[in-house]
Amino acid sequence: MKLVYFAWVRERIGKGEEELDLPESVVTAGDLIQYLSGLGEEYEAAFQFPQAIRVAVNQEHVEHHEPIAGAREIGLFPPMTGG
Amino acid sequence: MAAAPSIRVQREDFDATAETAALTAGRQDIGAVVSFVGLCRDEAGTLSALELEHYPGMAEAEMRRIAGIAIERFGLLCLTAIHRYGKIAPGENIVLVIAAAPHRQAAFDGAAFMMDYLKTSAPFWKKEHRRDGSAGDWVSAKDADTRALDKWR
Repeated sequence: MKLVYFAWVRERIGKGEEELDLPESVVTAGDLIQYLSGLGEEYEAAFQFPQAIRVAVNQEHVEHHEPIAGAREIGLFPPMTGG
Repeated sequence: MAAAPSIRVQREDFDATAETAALTAGRQDIGAVVSFVGLCRDEAGTLSALELEHYPGMAEAEMRRIAGIAIERFGLLCLTAIHRYGKIAPGENIVLVIAAAPHRQAAFDGAAFMMDYLKTSAPFWKKEHRRDGSAGDWVSAKDADTRALDKWR
């Protein structure tokens, strides 16, 4: 699964993207955040406030309870501040 | 007859006057054009630049999705939205929205709707660069921007 990170999520993890094999226990976007936060202290720092994290599956917003099965690309990022 | 929205995400500046002329060229059904330009503030002289990061592909797609909703909901005849990325100095342009409609209220509402949703759901993030050289923060999302959506529900 291709994961892409932006803004302070990217800075805290220390990379903009990576390929990861996810365990079957990761079903929803919320599961993914929880799983990633256990991968090391940089991930823990990025995801310490999981409710703040926004998730996009194949470049479309999803809620934390939604499944991520079949995704080609998942984006994880802070609340948006454009405009 | 509504034209497809013109959506661009680009590093370079834009010319609001030229974009407005392009939007209305050759049309006689437009009675109202509302344009909004968002600029980089210097925050009382403390800011040297804003760094705009975006999610390539999704930023355009999300702007196009919001534009489609705005055209449908307010009966816009056309809509242009341009958002810049990269390092932007105080006084420079960040974002442009132009909405055209037969009458003014639809053009005002369409432009405001586009901006309100763009701010909270198009994937852009601002990081501050400070004039004193200290490390700048990422701009925090504002509750007021989220509350601004309530009036459209």
